[in-house]
Amino acid sequence: MMTTANARPADALRADDRPVSTRTPSAGARKIGGVAGWVDDRTGAAKGVGYLMKKVFPDHWSFMLGEIAMYSMIIALISGAFLTLWFVPSMGHTVYDGSYAPLRGVEMSEAYASTLHISFDVRGGLIIRQIHHWAALMFVVAVVVHMFRVFFTGAFRKPRELNWVIGSVLALLAIVEGFSGYSLPDDLLSGTGIRAMQGFVQTAPVIGSYLVYGIFGGPFPGEAIIPRLYSAHILLLPAVIIGLFTAHILLVAIQKHTQYPGPGRTNDNVVGFPVMPVYAAKAGGFFFIVFGVIALIAAVISINPVWGYGPYDPSPVTAGSQPDWYMGFADGALRLLPGWLEFTALGYTLSLNIMPGALILLPLVYVVVGVYPFVERWITGDDREHHLLQRPRNAPVRTAIGMAGITMYSVLMFAAANDIMAIKLHMSINDITYFLRTAFFVAPFIVFWVTKRICLSLQRADRNKVLHQRESGTIIRTPEGAFFERHEGLSEYERWKLVDFEPVAPIQLEQRVDANGVEKPLTGKDRMRARLSRFYFKDAVQPVTPAELAAAHHDGHGHEAIEAGEHAGSVHR
Amino acid sequence: MNALAARRRHPAAIGILLLIGLFLMGAAYAAIAPRPAEAAVSSATQVDEGKQLFLANCASCHGLNAEGRATGAGASVAGPALAGVGAAAVEFQMGTGRMPMRAPAAQAPRDDRIKFTEEQITAIGAYVASLAPGPSVPSEEAVDPARGDAVKGGELFRVNCAMCHNFAGAGGALTRGKYAPALTGVAPKDIYMAMETGPQSMPVFNDTNLTPEAKRDIIAFLTAVNEEPKAGGFTLGSLGPVSEGMFAWIFGLGIMVGCAIWLGNKAA
Repeated sequence: MMTTANARPADALRADDRPVSTRTPSAGARKIGGVAGWVDDRTGAAKGVGYLMKKVFPDHWSFMLGEIAMYSMIIALISGAFLTLWFVPSMGHTVYDGSYAPLRGVEMSEAYASTLHISFDVRGGLIIRQIHHWAALMFVVAVVVHMFRVFFTGAFRKPRELNWVIGSVLALLAIVEGFSGYSLPDDLLSGTGIRAMQGFVQTAPVIGSYLVYGIFGGPFPGEAIIPRLYSAHILLLPAVIIGLFTAHILLVAIQKHTQYPGPGRTNDNVVGFPVMPVYAAKAGGFFFIVFGVIALIAAVISINPVWGYGPYDPSPVTAGSQPDWYMGFADGALRLLPGWLEFTALGYTLSLNIMPGALILLPLVYVVVGVYPFVERWITGDDREHHLLQRPRNAPVRTAIGMAGITMYSVLMFAAANDIMAIKLHMSINDITYFLRTAFFVAPFIVFWVTKRICLSLQRADRNKVLHQRESGTIIRTPEGAFFERHEGLSEYERWKLVDFEPVAPIQLEQRVDANGVEKPLTGKDRMRARLSRFYFKDAVQPVTPAELAAAHHDGHGHEAIEAGEHAGSVHR
Repeated sequence: MNALAARRRHPAAIGILLLIGLFLMGAAYAAIAPRPAEAAVSSATQVDEGKQLFLANCASCHGLNAEGRATGAGASVAGPALAGVGAAAVEFQMGTGRMPMRAPAAQAPRDDRIKFTEEQITAIGAYVASLAPGPSVPSEEAVDPARGDAVKGGELFRVNCAMCHNFAGAGGALTRGKYAPALTGVAPKDIYMAMETGPQSMPVFNDTNLTPEAKRDIIAFLTAVNEEPKAGGFTLGSLGPVSEGMFAWIFGLGIMVGCAIWLGNKAA
């Protein structure tokens, strides 16, 4: 049963719905009703629950990317709770005496020994550890892909900018949470990660060394870092993440979910299914799918084999020491930064060969991401609410900016794997590094241009399809002897999503007058905004208007009128 | 013959003719092709035999008296001097197919197509060892993993070897196309001789640096790592977080998006 949130002409579609039956409830239902009534009498929850249960959500697979993130997070929480029952967050010295023979008798920290204990001596411990780690990786993967979806469809526009900011903070916290977990087992790899982190903090000008002493409670490694990371990992960060996540979800419910353009869908309604019973079943089922996939991967594929790395010791390091993938871009930036950027002045060292990648890049990426909606709003001057998503092609410049950003990020991320690429692809690590350094500056421009051209071409193809319909390949000869190809019809439903987007045009610079009729001079800000607006919209392809469609249908050969409309269709705000 | 003549325009005829022609060509080539020169086994002693083999196969790069040769282009060396490298170096380089090198490269890759017989390699080793004293080929006992202590070997491996060869011996990258090869499937004797002689970019771990017992412990560790059951499942090459992240993106996300599309298309 399709449901719409408010009355619309599309209600006609529901004209022959059967009315809800009015039979008396069964004994079981009455019992449940009794319990519900008892709870409602004491909490007044029925109104809110009823509101949520009747909430309508639109259907699209890309709306489930956020669900993958949510479920992965829940799986990580549950499996993490299991691990805390045995993990000992302590740097205290001990000698391993468990069942993993190649390490028996080796001195190590209690943290590492307890991780080995979980892996080899706790029943089901290893698979829960692997589920926890795979779920964490999938959580961040899904968060990133969910952000791609929201960005490329314009779902961050008013009124959802705030939720986009919350989401960006969540994404940043997710990787910090991941890093703190990666550092806990105190094996050779995680210890190397903490050692690297210590170096990063030290690059902060002037206060770096003091910060390190504060974080580690003394010189590296000390005894404090593991317990401190532990409380951050299992208490502080999860609490903040869950709080923000709740706000994130509540805002989705309050603001209603966005939907893709389609027949019957407007900016003022939501077409889809109610939570109860359809979405409860779909989303609940999807939780089990996500859990199943993660459990399957964890059962079959090894992740972070801590027993292989051995206990942490500041002297050794293993080849292929990388962070988990979500920290890769910062590691990659370090690998690309040239060493000659380190300067010494007045007895202080300024490590510009490390600091930009280690301390600045991480927050910078998320600030840029979080601020984007406000920048775009300023440029477009668009202050309306948007509940209808854009197809990525219908916002070519934004899509191109997004792809260029992803390219920069990916170049850095791949740079973190330069040694693995070198041995697996039989290339020189130096050549890979030089190539990626160049790519970081050049590739975003190429990707921007290519993406924009592809979007514009797709838009023109859409226009063409709407105006001239589908080429059937059937050639017809008229009695007069003329030939033409028959174009087959496009149904209204198919046409809808091809034309349902807004015409745009660059903002025009205009002289304004103040209250006294005196001309206000144009400021640099106005000019800047006009320039950026031109950059965004100067070659925008406009949607087919009803007049153009009528003209095209009236005379299949009237190309001139139609092509002219491509430029005349622009709208001035 | 009539039956054949009648079928000469059969569609398969051209294919069969080609096959016959190729087979005949191959057979003829095998019969008359020049065979690789086999060194004359005329000298009485192994050293002399080794010298002959050396002159025929190695001297073009290493010099007629194994004194090493420059390529003439800058400081680059065609082949280093071999006095003092010992029989172990010859045994390692030739026994793993690294020498003679097929083509100039950043580093001689391991090659399972070994070009010389064991006797020939031993003879060349004897010749090189006769130039100056150097490490000799270890005994069976010295490389027997069963006599080593894998736990101690693991600690030594992490301190001395893992920074290039990776924690599980999966190999790692060095500068400009050079690399530390994977240590899986390498014979214990070859691991020992590599530590003893420091081939390619590898440093020499002599007996004062790593005692013969320590070397045997490392061999025991590597054997244990190779043979132990993989507790976590498939190891993805034991390459660390890079391959894990790639798996999460390609397979983890791929499967889940596949499921989401399936569920999204399912009518309520």
